[in-house]
Amino acid sequence: MGQITLKNVRKSFGATNIIPNINLEIENGEFVVFVGPSGCGKSTLLRLIAGLEDTTSGTIAIDGRDVTNEAPAKRKLAMVFQSYALYPHMTVAKNIAFPLKMAGESPETIERKVADAARVLNLSNYLERRPGQLSGGQRQRVAIGRAIVRQPSAFLFDEPLSNLDAALRGTMRLEISELHNQLKTTMIYVTHDQVEAMTMADKIVVLNAGNIEQVGSPLELYRSPKNLFVAGFIGSPRMNLIEGNPAADHGAATIGIRPEHLSVSTTEGKWKATVGVAEHLGSDTFLHVTADGVGPLTVRAGGEIGAHHGDTIFLTPDAAKIHRFTPDGLAI
Amino acid sequence: MARAISTRSKFGWTLAAWAVALIIFFPILYTVITSLKTESEAIAGFNLIPSFTLENYVEVQTQRDYFRPFMNSVIIAVGSTLLGIIIAVPAAWSMAFSPTHRTKDILMWMLSTKMMPAAAVLVPIYLLFRDFGLLDSRIGLTLMLMLINLPIVVWMLYTYFREIPGEILEAARMDGATLWGEIWYVLTPMAVPGIASTMLLNIILAWNEAFWTIRLTTTNAAPLTAFIASFSSPQGLFWAKLSAASTLAIAPILIMGWFSQRQLVRGLTFGAVK
Repeated sequence: MGQITLKNVRKSFGATNIIPNINLEIENGEFVVFVGPSGCGKSTLLRLIAGLEDTTSGTIAIDGRDVTNEAPAKRKLAMVFQSYALYPHMTVAKNIAFPLKMAGESPETIERKVADAARVLNLSNYLERRPGQLSGGQRQRVAIGRAIVRQPSAFLFDEPLSNLDAALRGTMRLEISELHNQLKTTMIYVTHDQVEAMTMADKIVVLNAGNIEQVGSPLELYRSPKNLFVAGFIGSPRMNLIEGNPAADHGAATIGIRPEHLSVSTTEGKWKATVGVAEHLGSDTFLHVTADGVGPLTVRAGGEIGAHHGDTIFLTPDAAKIHRFTPDGLAI
Repeated sequence: MARAISTRSKFGWTLAAWAVALIIFFPILYTVITSLKTESEAIAGFNLIPSFTLENYVEVQTQRDYFRPFMNSVIIAVGSTLLGIIIAVPAAWSMAFSPTHRTKDILMWMLSTKMMPAAAVLVPIYLLFRDFGLLDSRIGLTLMLMLINLPIVVWMLYTYFREIPGEILEAARMDGATLWGEIWYVLTPMAVPGIASTMLLNIILAWNEAFWTIRLTTTNAAPLTAFIASFSSPQGLFWAKLSAASTLAIAPILIMGWFSQRQLVRGLTFGAVK
């Protein structure tokens, strides 16, 4: 089980209100990602759920049980930290065994569970090493191993991949997703990387300045962002946001069009634009252009396009994919 | 880009380093050489070749007992270190793990006591020692040396404890460790190297302390520093014997320092590097 309910949760440090008021329901077995820019309160929210910070007011319930004032260990949650937070003086085996030892399990049970976890995480050959002798990816696996042996009701991940290089990040992302498919345990994952959020989540919670901007599946957020913040945050490259006359033509204060929803032509189109920078990735071409009467735009064209700096191109937005926003930034 | 160093300049710098090391070491070397001379050789002027006599060592041991001041040194150095650690660990602990906005001021204030010349408080300390009957007692000296080194001990331990990442303690808390579990299984093993090198440094400082040990003792509690000083007595100056006594006094700490140099260097540069 691992159903988590936050009711009117508030957190302030002195006079600073980090989290003004949050209500959130996390279903059993869900993979939920908290995403937002740095300082938006996503890590604080995770630490409140973990019990590493006290709530200023409001209640946190796990499987219907109010745990607001309970110690972290009593909440039956496991956490993986950004810095891995392994015990440097213990071997990999002892690191993984630590929560079991604290729970008073018998040496035989500990040995069996550590061996199981090591096998799942490909750590069997490293059990006698110290964390200092491992690579970043291996350390992260040990941290995950330490979390899974306890069979917690939910896993909490605090930006676990941000210390890894890009290639390893991709691999670990898959491994964590696979782990979730195997264990089917609730996972709450904090990241500022919207690619991680989009690829891993069942449900994304977009946070900004301590408030929830929108909750939904990755594609819901992509297709129908509720406001300008979510529109600008979800999707890579970012959605183009256009104000002024082109927006007024659509009866909105601001319109948004994603880079992949602009079609490129060398002969005709709605907007005439000059190419500034062309990024050729092979599979895609990103064009950073300045369109007459519209302003700077980013265009994502599939495959290889022979556009270079200074070229003139024509762009046409896909009318069905235009997002419209009110002056307050809310989606129309 | 790494700075390119030519072989010649590397040789020059190595030579310079050795020269500086020799200059620093020379007083100790000359003490050992003098201890192997006869008294008449010793006062005859600068001479690097002794007659390799061991009579000074024999006389130092037979005329005056070396063992007693040696034991005093051990008791005072180790005692003041243990006492200091017992007091400093909780102090450094609370400042490192639950600092307030005054913590920095307290640390600076502690250190500022080391900036005052010791002679400035000689009279009040002497009078206090007299009134409490602590003059020429091991307990008195142990207390004194503990107090004068306490600021350094607190500072060193504070920097060590600060290096222990808070996330590791939080991980232990998530893993179900109680407060004692956290202290016993996680904090203490991580802090032991820091405590050990702090202790080593403090033992050396206490062993070599001469200002208070000479002024607050006469015979009973006199450690090796006072033992050395006693060879420059009104009856006459015995350079060779004084050197032999000095060599015997510094030998134990030199040997200990040699074996623990890695720990010591780490202790002295901790926090500054990495």
